[in-house]
Amino acid sequence: MNRYPAWKYVLIGIALLVGIIYTAPNFYGVVPAVAVSGVRAANKVDEPMKATLDAALKAANVPVLSSELDANGSAHYRFADTDRQIQGRDAIVAKLGQGFVAALNLESNSPPWLHALGAKPMYLGLDLRGGVHFLLQVDMKKAADKSIERYMGDIRTTLRDKKIYYSGLTRESDRITVRFREREQKAAALKLVTDTLVELNVRETESADESQLILTIKPEIVKRDQELALQQNIQTLRNRVNELGVAEPIVQQQGPDRILVQLAGVQDPARAEEILGRTATLEVRMVSEENAAGPGQDAFYAYKDQPAPFATDKFFDQDGQPVLVRKIVVMTGDRIKDAQPGFDEHGRSAVNIKTDETGGRILRQTTRENVKKRMAMLLVEKNKTVVLTWPVIQEEFGSSFRVTGMPDTTEAKNLALLLRAGALAAPMEIIEKSTVGPSLGADNIEKGYHAVLYGFIAIGVFMILYYALFGVVSVAALAANLLFLVGLLSMLQFTLTLPGIAAIALTLGMAIDANVLINERVREEVRSGMTPQMAIQAGYERAFDTILDSNITTLIAGLALLAFGSGPVRGFAVVHCLGILTSIFSAVMVSRGLVNIIYGGRKKVTRLSIGNTTWDKEEDKKNDEDRKKKVAV
Amino acid sequence: MEFFRIRRTIPFMRHAKVFNIISLITFLLAVFFLATRGLHFSIEFLGGTVMEVQYKQDAEPEKIRNSLAKQGLTDVSVQTFGTSRDVLIRLPLKAPTDGTTQNDAMKALSEKVMTGLHGDDASAQLKRVEFVGGQVGKELATDGGLALLFVCIGIMVYLAFRFEWRFAVATIIANLHDVVIILGFFSFFQWEFSLPVLAAILAILGYSVNESVVVFDRVRENFKKLRKASVDEVMDASITGTISRTIITHGCTQMMVLSIFFFGGASLHNFALALTIGICFGIYSSVLVAAPLAKYLGASREDFVKPEKKAQLADMP
Repeated sequence: MNRYPAWKYVLIGIALLVGIIYTAPNFYGVVPAVAVSGVRAANKVDEPMKATLDAALKAANVPVLSSELDANGSAHYRFADTDRQIQGRDAIVAKLGQGFVAALNLESNSPPWLHALGAKPMYLGLDLRGGVHFLLQVDMKKAADKSIERYMGDIRTTLRDKKIYYSGLTRESDRITVRFREREQKAAALKLVTDTLVELNVRETESADESQLILTIKPEIVKRDQELALQQNIQTLRNRVNELGVAEPIVQQQGPDRILVQLAGVQDPARAEEILGRTATLEVRMVSEENAAGPGQDAFYAYKDQPAPFATDKFFDQDGQPVLVRKIVVMTGDRIKDAQPGFDEHGRSAVNIKTDETGGRILRQTTRENVKKRMAMLLVEKNKTVVLTWPVIQEEFGSSFRVTGMPDTTEAKNLALLLRAGALAAPMEIIEKSTVGPSLGADNIEKGYHAVLYGFIAIGVFMILYYALFGVVSVAALAANLLFLVGLLSMLQFTLTLPGIAAIALTLGMAIDANVLINERVREEVRSGMTPQMAIQAGYERAFDTILDSNITTLIAGLALLAFGSGPVRGFAVVHCLGILTSIFSAVMVSRGLVNIIYGGRKKVTRLSIGNTTWDKEEDKKNDEDRKKKVAV
Repeated sequence: MEFFRIRRTIPFMRHAKVFNIISLITFLLAVFFLATRGLHFSIEFLGGTVMEVQYKQDAEPEKIRNSLAKQGLTDVSVQTFGTSRDVLIRLPLKAPTDGTTQNDAMKALSEKVMTGLHGDDASAQLKRVEFVGGQVGKELATDGGLALLFVCIGIMVYLAFRFEWRFAVATIIANLHDVVIILGFFSFFQWEFSLPVLAAILAILGYSVNESVVVFDRVRENFKKLRKASVDEVMDASITGTISRTIITHGCTQMMVLSIFFFGGASLHNFALALTIGICFGIYSSVLVAAPLAKYLGASREDFVKPEKKAQLADMP
């Protein structure tokens, strides 16, 4: 009785070992580091490149603690302090070619063998480390508007290609109306649209003098487009943040239309906002030549104070000249694959742009049909559109072209950066912003650590006093629980926040419940006259049902928190749920294992060291009666 | 060591009525305060104005708070961040009353604050002022509500499956009673209701169910064991049998919570406070609310044990 088969001890041993390995990195802390990586997945740091960087660092006389090349093709350099880190980055950046970035980083200081096992410390949340937090709201209506505009363009070209004559194409909120004078034309259009534009719902209406097709985008397509828009914005933000060398950024979707950005270590929200806030997109549109008064830059001067005529938009170029462009967008910035600053043949700053295949095809076709006409490149920023350049198309061009018209090289660089980082699919707005200082973060860590430590000591002292040796077993089980929990959280690369630490503390406080249940039960069984060995067996077995029931109900609450909570509530829930699982394991397996080691092997156990179990109800009753008798006598 | 030498079964159920009336009164009071005073939501829920002020020398948050209070600005959070010379001041949202826009209102407010601060220390310099939207709050409120609903349904289904529907209903009512009372406390004292507090309250919901489950577990066992006992006697015996574990467990959890309260820093104070109230009422409700409720709902031995005759037959040699 009360012996565990060897495999159970092996299991416990493995669990403890894994717990220790994954918990350990948290104690080594982090060191300043510089991570060198490619802007795109294709750009990888290789051995020769790393050797060059090593040499550069040596030449600059910057001591490196350690360096390595990881499997993802990024190089990591660790430095003793932040001053060296910055010197190191400067030395690296000077050697770095196009397409690579060097980001200031904090990396685990754990020994390489731990690193090799994939054991990394928990990621510290902003409240523990300091940094800037943004919540951005994506303007989904604008995204929808954009896709409607795109479909209008598609309808126009499709109908024109097939020589179907329509008398009007208008848009009311999310409905596109196409008018026809002749029914046959409408019937042909209907067939064409249902065949080729499957993303649209079509409805026909008839009146005495006019036939109409009313088109709307199918709801599932609208939904898909919105999701895509959000994903593209997230990707763009990631690129932007990366490109500007911000350490370990968090860019996450939050809810259907929000993006959370957390930049740890950045203490200047204004600069971070500048990075994120450039909600620019690029659009290529044809200049409305019909309205031009002449070929020069003053062609649209007459419209300076006039509203734009039908089917055109009026924007100003960088010199303040009005430009009329067609409403149809030829191509948007999301087709752009690469953009590099450079110079044109006249030595003016320019941006060399490469597009993807579809973009190339669109451009080839458009430019072929519009040679000697003007094409405008528009930079669309929040509520503001600027015509970057509107050159005359000299000849057909394809997937690679050049944009000029930037006033200086800095602007060219900025534009290239924006284009390279990708465009936003929909404009965004910052709706929440907060900054946490690094000293406040360190203070929070210390406080959280103390809260857990002192709470644990208090519980430990009490348990040992109250339950003697079984109390020691409970404390050991609780310590194992803490180890498993922290190990699991580190394994999952959990982001630890102050509420997260509070959750760890609370989970420990609640985990002791299982041990108390067991110990009380064992005591009770001893009191009811069972032998010590049988009491252990019965105590653990009977307590197990209760432990399971109570923990499952708690787990349900935790899962609900996980499903519906966001931010700190979610972090709390993760710890809570994992803590319940580890506490079942440690209370049932670990503590039983220990008790079995202590008592299981012995032949005769006369009493258990579990505190006072001597009193029992019958004896008390007898004593009472005796006392009464004495009084009566 | 031994705290609870409980010799006899304590007749909890005999006093159930009195406690139920106390419960009902506390509950109604909590609802009353919630209805009349509402909750003092933190800036995370409501939105507000955030100002960043820099001083030439070390800033004194206490002094700044006093200076703001003089201008009638209460519910202000003042904390240093980054360096000891940078201060973050958070002011709750005041909807503009006189047709001005949000931006103007914010500007006026920040100017008012700065004038006040300059009076104390001329080196105070406004670095930025911005508006934090309360949109997040609405979502949190609905999500919190949904979480609450889901927890209730989930727990009821589980308990109904493991025990019996009467126990499930009794448990949920007892626990919602705890949650409402915690909220009542926050409303009465106008403590700030922040996100960690929300997490604490939802955690309490799970925790408090835990208590009821332990008692009901024993009730189920005792219904099988004490064949001749009445429902009241079974309940009393079960509560008495678990009371020492209940108090010790809660005591331990409370030790941890106190540790969070004293050492965890100001931002976790209300979290720990909510948990403390939750723990106290968790004991109370699991013992004196859930059990009587189950009885009123008609819980009986037949829910767990097949009719006695059959059982006796089976017991015969």
